[in-house]
Parts: sequence; C-alpha cells; structure tokens
Amino acid sequence: MRLRLFVIVLLAIVLALPAYIPWLKTPILLALSNGLAVLGVIALLRAGQVSFGNAMFVCLAGYTVAFTARAAQVDALVLILLGTVAATLAGALIGLFMVRYRGIFFGMLNLAFSMVLFSVLGKFGAVTGGTDGLRFDRPTLGFVQMQRDGFETTLLIIAVFVALVAGILVQRYFRSARGQQLAAIKTNETRLEYLGISAKRVFWGGYVLAAALCGLGGSFFALTQGLVTPEMGYWVRSGEIVFIAILGGSGHAIGAFIGAFVFEFVKLYVAAWLTGAWQLVLGAILLVMVFAAPTGIFGLLERLLRPAPALSEKRA
Amino acid sequence: MSKQQAILSTRGLSLSFGGVVAADSIDFDLYPGERLAVVGQNGAGKTTFINICTGYLKPQSGQVFLEGADITGRTPREITRRGVGRSFQLPQVFGEHTVRECLLIAASAKAGRTGALRPLEQLPNAADVEATLELLQLAPRAGDLASSLPEGQRKLLDIAMALVLNPRLLIMDEPTSGVSTEEKHLLMDVLMRALDERQVTSIFVEHDIDIVRTHASRLAAWIAGRIAADGPPEQVLADPVVIENVIGES
Repeated sequence: MRLRLFVIVLLAIVLALPAYIPWLKTPILLALSNGLAVLGVIALLRAGQVSFGNAMFVCLAGYTVAFTARAAQVDALVLILLGTVAATLAGALIGLFMVRYRGIFFGMLNLAFSMVLFSVLGKFGAVTGGTDGLRFDRPTLGFVQMQRDGFETTLLIIAVFVALVAGILVQRYFRSARGQQLAAIKTNETRLEYLGISAKRVFWGGYVLAAALCGLGGSFFALTQGLVTPEMGYWVRSGEIVFIAILGGSGHAIGAFIGAFVFEFVKLYVAAWLTGAWQLVLGAILLVMVFAAPTGIFGLLERLLRPAPALSEKRA
Repeated sequence: MSKQQAILSTRGLSLSFGGVVAADSIDFDLYPGERLAVVGQNGAGKTTFINICTGYLKPQSGQVFLEGADITGRTPREITRRGVGRSFQLPQVFGEHTVRECLLIAASAKAGRTGALRPLEQLPNAADVEATLELLQLAPRAGDLASSLPEGQRKLLDIAMALVLNPRLLIMDEPTSGVSTEEKHLLMDVLMRALDERQVTSIFVEHDIDIVRTHASRLAAWIAGRIAADGPPEQVLADPVVIENVIGES
C-alpha cells in the first residue's frame, strides 16, 4: 500500500514538474526510455545473468523507428510498435543461441553481438548514416501533427503510461510461476530440469522479454531525440543499463525507473558542475551502493516503506 | 517375483569411466509398491545406476525401461515428466526462495498453463503444495528460506519437491546422509509414511544398515558395478559376499 502511494507520488511529480520546468521533459523522457530497457535487464539479473550487450536491442529498435520514419509517413505510435516488434523478433532469434550460455560467457557473447551491430551500423554509412547516424522528421503522434513542445508533452504522457503498465505487468510476471522459475535459474538449474521444467525455455522467455522492453525503451529514445546513432548500441551503453539496474535494485520493477531517474539527473547536474567528471561521480555512487546497499535504492526504500508487513510476515 | 509389469527395468546396462567399470551389464526389475534399498561401498556404482535411470548419464550399452517403455538416453526432464522423481545426496533446492515457494515452483511444472501473470501462490494445484508441506512436516518452516534449513529438513524439502509432482517412482540418493543418527530414523519415518500415503514405489541409496532393515522391503547390494545380491533385506544381509564386501563384518 505504501509502495503504491510512493508510485503515485512519483508519477505525479514526473507529470507535474515539466509543467513548471519545460526543459525537464527531455531528461524525463530519456530516463523513462532507459528505465524500460533496465526493466528488461532486471529480468535477466533475476536469473543471475548479466548481459553486457542489451543496448543492441535498444539500438535495433531505434534504427527501425528511424528507417521507417524516413521511408514513409508513419505515426509515432506505430513506430513504437514496429521498433518493439523488431527488437522482440531479434531477441527471440538471438536468444535461441544465447540461452545455452551462462555467467561470463553469456555476458560476453551478448557484448560480442552488440559490437557486431555497432560496427555494421558504423561501417555501412550509405545505408545507415555511418557514425553520424540517421535523423528523421518528427512524425505525427496519435495521427496529429504537432509542434516540438506539444509532441514532447504528449510523448511524455504516453511514456509514463507505458512505463506504468510495463512496470505492473513485469512485476506480475516476476511473481508468476514463470517469473519464479526464471529466478530459480539463479540458484539451481539442475533441480528445474529434474522437475521437468526446461531451464533454457524459461530463460529464453526472460531473454525475449528483456529484448522487447529494450526495444520499447529504444523506440521512445529515438522519438525523443529524432536521431539515432550506432552509439545507442555501444557496449558502454549496455554497461550503463546494467549499472542503472544495480543502482535501482532488481527486487522490484520500480527499481528500474528509480535507478534510471537517479542516473539521468546525476549525469545532468554533475555534467553541468563538473564537466567531464560525471562518470567519476556515478562510479563513486555505485561503489557506495555495492558496499552499503547491495539491493539498490529500491532495497533501501523497501526497508523504509514496508517495515510493518515484513514483521507480520515473519511472525506468520 | 511378482508377475505384474515392472515399473523400472534395465537390461545389460553398462558404463565405464576410463578403466573403472561403474555399471557392468545390469539386469534389474523393480515392481510397483516395492521399497528398494541400495547398498554398496563408495565407487560401487550406486549413484551411476541412479544417474543412468534418471537420464543424467547415458549408458554405453543396455536399455532402461519405465513401465515397458524404453527411456534409454532420455533427458532428466523427459523422464521426470514420465513420472520418475529424484532427490539428491546434496539437496537440490532453490536457496533464495522460501520452502513454500520451492514447492510452488515444483508444482508449477505440473500445473498446466499457469499464465504468465498469475501469482505463483494461485496455482491451480497450490493445494497439493500445502498437503505435501503437512505430509513431510515442513509446514512450520514454510515461510523460511530454503538455504536457512538444517540438513535434515533440506533433505525433506528436496524430496518434497520431487513428491509434489505425484511421481509413480521416487529415486532417492542417500536421503539420510549428513543427518545425525538420532534424526535419521525420524526423517525416514516421516518419509516412508508419506510414500505409503501417496503409494509411491521407491529406491533409496543407504549406508546405514539399521535404516535398511527397518524401512526397505527389498535390498540390492552393489559391488564393482554389479548387483551382487538382491532380495529380502535379511537374506541379502546374511550373504557372505555382502558381509565381506559391503558391510565389512567378515
């Protein structure tokens, strides 16, 4: 109940702030886009697996949005759908191979795939725009042509709604039998097999979900910027997604968004005050989190928000 | 021996690891309702036999039949789905889940379409979980993390996770190892009562002869990858070869 209240307050702040500080729309949209991708990576973290290549799905969705928007007059909502579907299909295909690996091999293979995509996008400039990327005109949104301000405001409202729905559905998935089977991969895959459950199939489901969420995030990211570059799929971007997941905490879907907002705003303000040193500050924050709060910011909040239920559960 | 169809049979089962013969042309039949204890020195091939029957290892030659169907070389997953449960010498539980969650995850394997969004605790067969918790006396620890349980209860949880799938055959590798002498009989009492109630045929590997005498209806003694003696426990335990090579009281 306290958590719900916290989410409502958070949503109200996210929606109300840009009304008073209009320039906040872009960083909030970027944080929400990142949050969606992080939500996907959290699904993998729950299975005990760390991917250093999931930005490839963000990038793939972004380029799908850009290619389609440049080729035809397509509405932003359809572009979001197309970007997400492209990432999901790519995840389903690549996942067939990836789910055979665990630990460092899983992490590095994802990184390798993402770097192949990064290189292809950078080298085939005639088609992909090379390292400069691809710009595209602002599409209609809800079949209405808008000015930049109106477009951003509407996209922000849609992004908040999508993030809320995705967060609720993913949290429900985490609590479901399939989600708990995914979490069981972390501790005992042998037992899963001896229960008649295919660990690979369960993990594949988690991998495709992660790809879909990264695609959703990538689509919003591309529409917010009106530009896509190979940098979207660079391994450092994948590392950032993992960084945010650890920062926010993987115990609950909301951890993804908390982490994404903290990351975006620390980056924004520290970059303004200490030019070129924002990575140093974020690195220090992560060090403190790993040592002092390994369950992330959500883990800390959970202790503050849920003291009563935790006690009663222990007594029960 | 009974004329009914064997629940588990092996014919000419052989497997060697380099020069070590772990299974040497084993012919074996287990009938419904039997409680077979398997004894043998370390390295005699007991766990290898279990690993072949449950699909973890493939034999170099020979066949395994489950109720007449050839299951040789099938995966553990397929064999489990055909009604064979297994527990391990080192309990295989989900350490970061509670006892109840471990059983719910196990039950979800047999719950049919669970839906990606339905909470785990609302499984169609969640009642089986509560019944199994009661049956194996794990209900008081249902909310505790599996990793926090003492060894005896972790063994029971490991077995409970196999039992909640309602297997026809349960194969247990050393269910009492790592458990204190006083607790061993209590654990086996609880376990055997549960197996009787669920009418599950069972095989258990055991080193404690007293446990074998008390709880087995049949005993097979393994020596160097072969079944050296097989029959009623008192008869096998009186066999001079078994006394010399297995019990060590010559």
